[in-house]
Amino acid sequence: MELNPWAIGGIALVGAVTFYLGFHSSRLANTTPDFLLARRLVRSRRNAAAIAGEYLSAASFLGIAGLIMKDGIDALWYAIGATAGYLALLLFVAAPLRRSGAYTLPDFAEVRLGSMALRRLCTAFTVLVVMFYLLPQLQGAGLTLATVMPVPSWAGELAVVALVTMNVFGGGMRAITVVQAFQYWLKLFAIAAPTFVLVAVVAEGHASAPALSSGLPPMFSQATTVSVRTPVELDVGAPVRLQIHGTVDGFATNGTTIWYPGITENVSAGTTVDFPAGAAVPTIAGSTADNESWLTPESSGSTGVLATYSLIIALFLGAMGLPHVLVRFYTNPSGRAARRSTLHVLLLLGVFYLFPTILGAMSRLYVPELLVTGQTDAAVLLLPGKLLPGMAGLVLTAVLAAGAFTAFLSTSSGLLASVAGVLSTDLLPGRVRDFRWATLLACLAPMVLAVVLPAEDVALSVGMSFTLAASTFCPVLVLGIWWRGLTWVGAAAGIVVGGGLVVAALVLNVISGFTGQPLSPLLVQPAWITVPVAFLVVVLVSKATPRRLPADVNRLLLRMHAPDTLGFFQDRDGTESRADAPAGLADGRHRRPAN
Amino acid sequence: MVLSDSRNPATVVRTITELEEQTSVGEVLVRNLVRAQLRLALYLAAIVVVLVGGLPLAFYFSPTFAHVTVIGVRLPWLLLGVLPFPLLFGIGYWYNRLAERHERDFVNMVES
Repeated sequence: MELNPWAIGGIALVGAVTFYLGFHSSRLANTTPDFLLARRLVRSRRNAAAIAGEYLSAASFLGIAGLIMKDGIDALWYAIGATAGYLALLLFVAAPLRRSGAYTLPDFAEVRLGSMALRRLCTAFTVLVVMFYLLPQLQGAGLTLATVMPVPSWAGELAVVALVTMNVFGGGMRAITVVQAFQYWLKLFAIAAPTFVLVAVVAEGHASAPALSSGLPPMFSQATTVSVRTPVELDVGAPVRLQIHGTVDGFATNGTTIWYPGITENVSAGTTVDFPAGAAVPTIAGSTADNESWLTPESSGSTGVLATYSLIIALFLGAMGLPHVLVRFYTNPSGRAARRSTLHVLLLLGVFYLFPTILGAMSRLYVPELLVTGQTDAAVLLLPGKLLPGMAGLVLTAVLAAGAFTAFLSTSSGLLASVAGVLSTDLLPGRVRDFRWATLLACLAPMVLAVVLPAEDVALSVGMSFTLAASTFCPVLVLGIWWRGLTWVGAAAGIVVGGGLVVAALVLNVISGFTGQPLSPLLVQPAWITVPVAFLVVVLVSKATPRRLPADVNRLLLRMHAPDTLGFFQDRDGTESRADAPAGLADGRHRRPAN
Repeated sequence: MVLSDSRNPATVVRTITELEEQTSVGEVLVRNLVRAQLRLALYLAAIVVVLVGGLPLAFYFSPTFAHVTVIGVRLPWLLLGVLPFPLLFGIGYWYNRLAERHERDFVNMVES
């Protein structure tokens, strides 16, 4: 791609500010509680901004708009589900989880059920969820950098890994709290400002394109040349006359051809296709081909409805099981503050998610060539250049690219800090030095995977880690907080069965990717079966093993649910930080009425 | 200076504080509190599940509903792209108020 100096400047600035904020506050961070949970001094509003900043990943910034462009209205469920997940967190988990006084999910499992075996199992699945989540972030970073400058995609992946590792390495959790609160507002600006400008440009009538409401396929508004870099299978919604230089259906083609609806064309890598102005845009086989079904919900029948519900279940129940989300709750000073900052997060997310929808719909009108190559994740970045040629377009692209890069940085920092926290306390002695080693270990694996594995749609791969979290950690958390009858055997069985089913579905997906056999949407998004099965297994096995009930279950529930002002809950670091922290910092902090 | 964490966090967490020992009555009351909070959470979640979760079924069974146009925009796009967010926040706000009220009542009951 051509070089956009503005965008490179924007990305460099974001990187520099992130590093500065991280470095600046890391000089203050020098004890273990500092590293692991920002010493619980973080105020609820800033914590909310940090939670939202961490949560809005590449999937939210680029992926949802890309999926909306490709699949239409059904992709809106990603934004709804991602927000609704925080409501589920607020209703069922937030305050009791905070009061349980544990750092991480493995910690919670041990405190609540008193089993080291369960703790190790949770650690393993935490690492797995983080890997799934980190992978698309890195690939998205590669895509963004490759869109604005002529570098291979691994350069962006390496840049993100290096910056994030330096940050987490230097300051741990406290550093990234400040950085991530800042990053939420940066991301909101970076997606809102360009949206307003682009909508104004379209409303003024500077750009012309056929309306989306027509029952036609999307259309090229000007003559367009598309270079196919990875092999694609294409369908057209109307006959198209086009020029091809390259290989189609295994035959070398050079010249004018006509593609008809109903015939899938197999275009090989390295092929260039010239479309005249007004031509119908071919779309990847299996995606939504014409605008009418793009506009209409559930156009793919009852399987589509069930797949939609499956996605909703995964996102609604999966958010509470994400390690980087959970670890943020321990930085709230009290259960009440945890609830308040979750509510604030709902507001911040709701505001943000209005914008990807608008950008996705505009992308279908103005950058339809991405439907041909399937790289719709780049839609948000390419849209301004199409609508506003020249300087203005470059600057808007720069703002969006900086926002997208912020998204990778913040989510990756959060994921890395949380998994390093888990690894260093569970597998290593848990000192600051161990936290740093764990960080290094945790970022190497996804880096290698990101370079080796082919990139998928960012939002889809992130959806898979939600499914995994919903089928493993969600039953343990919800039942652990509300049900006295939970035993560690039941929890472990649920995690193994639920997680095993998701991993099996994932393996099937990878195999189908190699063989080319399309998989049922119900296997691509398996939460509709894995989550109920996981819950059922946890309940049944717990009922079958009543002798494993923790003896102190009543006291644990009392601690999790009793109001903060009664002072029943005690932090894990309560006794230690007192000896170390400056006077007045650690003493009785959580007993003080919040705010 | 750097302090390492305890190797066995559970023992620290499970330490019975003085307060806990004094309020065996509170433990009975806490059962009621837990039940009230759970009922509230389930009730509000059910509202969201019906209002938002019902939409795919509504669109599926009533194609005309899925094609209604309001001020130039298809109704489903408004129902899915804009309206869920204020609804989710509203439900969350409502929950926070009620849950805090439950806790206040509980504290009053324990202290009186």
